[in-house]
Amino acid sequence: MAGKLSGGRPTLAAVTAAIEVERLVKLYHDVHALDGLDLEVPEGTVLGLLGPNGAGKTTCVRILATLLKPDSGRAAIRGVDVARHPQEVRRMIGLSGQYAAVDEYLTGFENLVMIGRLYHLGRKESRARAADLLERFDLTGAANRPTKTYSGGMRRRLDLAGALVARPPVIFLDEPTTGLDPHSRLGLWDTIGDRVRQGVTLLLTTQYMEEADQLADDIVVLDRGVAIARGTPDELKGRIGGERLEVAVVRRDDLAAVASILKGVGTGEPTVDQEGRRVAVPVADRVAALTEAVRQLDAADVELADIEVRRPTLDDVFLQLTGHAATEETTGGEGGKA
Amino acid sequence: MSALGYAAVDGWVVTKRNLTKIKRLPDLLIFSTIQPIMFVLLFAYVFGGAIKIEGVNYREYLMAGIFTQTVAFGAAITSIGLADDLQKGVIDRFRSLPMSRSAVLVGRTTSDLLNNGLVVIVMSICGLLVGWRIHTDVARGIAGFALLFAFGYAMSWISATIGLSVKSVEVAQSAGFIWLFPLTFLSNAFISTDQLTPWLQKVADWNPISSIVLALRDLWGNSAQGAMRGHGFPAEHPIELSVLWILAILAVFLPLSIAKYRRAASR
Repeated sequence: MAGKLSGGRPTLAAVTAAIEVERLVKLYHDVHALDGLDLEVPEGTVLGLLGPNGAGKTTCVRILATLLKPDSGRAAIRGVDVARHPQEVRRMIGLSGQYAAVDEYLTGFENLVMIGRLYHLGRKESRARAADLLERFDLTGAANRPTKTYSGGMRRRLDLAGALVARPPVIFLDEPTTGLDPHSRLGLWDTIGDRVRQGVTLLLTTQYMEEADQLADDIVVLDRGVAIARGTPDELKGRIGGERLEVAVVRRDDLAAVASILKGVGTGEPTVDQEGRRVAVPVADRVAALTEAVRQLDAADVELADIEVRRPTLDDVFLQLTGHAATEETTGGEGGKA
Repeated sequence: MSALGYAAVDGWVVTKRNLTKIKRLPDLLIFSTIQPIMFVLLFAYVFGGAIKIEGVNYREYLMAGIFTQTVAFGAAITSIGLADDLQKGVIDRFRSLPMSRSAVLVGRTTSDLLNNGLVVIVMSICGLLVGWRIHTDVARGIAGFALLFAFGYAMSWISATIGLSVKSVEVAQSAGFIWLFPLTFLSNAFISTDQLTPWLQKVADWNPISSIVLALRDLWGNSAQGAMRGHGFPAEHPIELSVLWILAILAVFLPLSIAKYRRAASR
């Protein structure tokens, strides 16, 4: 096996990107799941692939993880082509999918030992590694229980730990928090930030702007198999606008007063919606802006119908970038209300 | 370690994983044992009075048929296990690991074989209680069981191909079993093919199930004589034909199911 490593491919030193994707195309029944996607993820960085269902995120991960063959284009992990040398690629990657693929009848410990053995770590090393990972992912107490008894969050953590068993340099997380309650989601973000991304290259797909913002160094926004925007989270938020403070009033006469108050607490010009009796303004610090606005509005004796700080949602990103909304079901309830 | 060595080790790791499920969910084994016991009792006491095979005790004649049918149906759980793994995304994880490409299938078919083995032990005891005996020697007795398990193992690979094709447990539950009813009943398992109309007789005589059943009866000394054995070549060379069937099934479905596994996509 080792002899194949010198098969005329570029050596590691000459390769800068841990993940390279060039003009990747994948068709499902004549529909383009991927339509000429290009990506480059430098070693040690985190790329967030952001997009709604059907944008091609999972297809991209499946091709990179050697589960699916592309119709054309090229994908490589540390210079090794995924379609031509899949077994070599598998030694360098860890995959954690959106469905928490742990065996429900095995205990947490047994699951991780099995994965270690299938990476060919050997019996002793696999057991040591499993115990270590259970400790790091706060699962030691549940180590000897079948995973059937685990909560959704615990299963995801175990699945994540599974991706780390062989210390692979490149890790794929496909929608790691989809379907979790907000509390478990926050916990998992901490876990990924503290314990997964250390020193590895991470590609993560998500439907949540907030999640990409929290975890990624760079974001690529996917729509219908093509990248429609790239940049750091700050650059993207700059393009679509950050958080907005929105105030709805009971009396239309108050709108002018509200607009002048919001102009004072916001970072830009307020927009007034006469029909909906709403005023909105971009803000920098959500808590400070909200507190100050409530104080001044109260002092001015304005009767409020509603007040909220909205984070930009995937829909906002899409409306801004494509002019069409992301599909309904993918955006429900993610607009971080204050 | 060599590729073959890894294939064996990985296959065993997956086998152990599958056996753990049986250990933690013993109802599974209990219910897969109840059905064959029920069949032994129903056929021995309900049909046993109505079906007459000349020159042989029907309860003894019956056992080889029930064994073969049970092992064929037992092999069908392979399709459910694989469809379940596909549906839950476990196969995705396995396929992203640098493990042997055959391990998931080798592991699944092996654990199902061991499962089948336990069921056959329980059935043998049940058979002995209703009066079945092996009338030959130990070597031929063991050869019979070896042939039975080899057939069950080969059937597991057909079942694996089905499981990887249908991709859902619900479909596997019927697709994996439905074809086994005509296959096992249109044979000499419960009756003599001599009692069938000519064209059905031809089909039943050449049915691989009939070859296995007849081979088992010959090896255990439970056979009927003359035309009651069946007709033509299959009646004269049941053991050779059985081995050929087993090899043919493996030659087709082993590579076919591995090819399916390599392309398996859960969704």
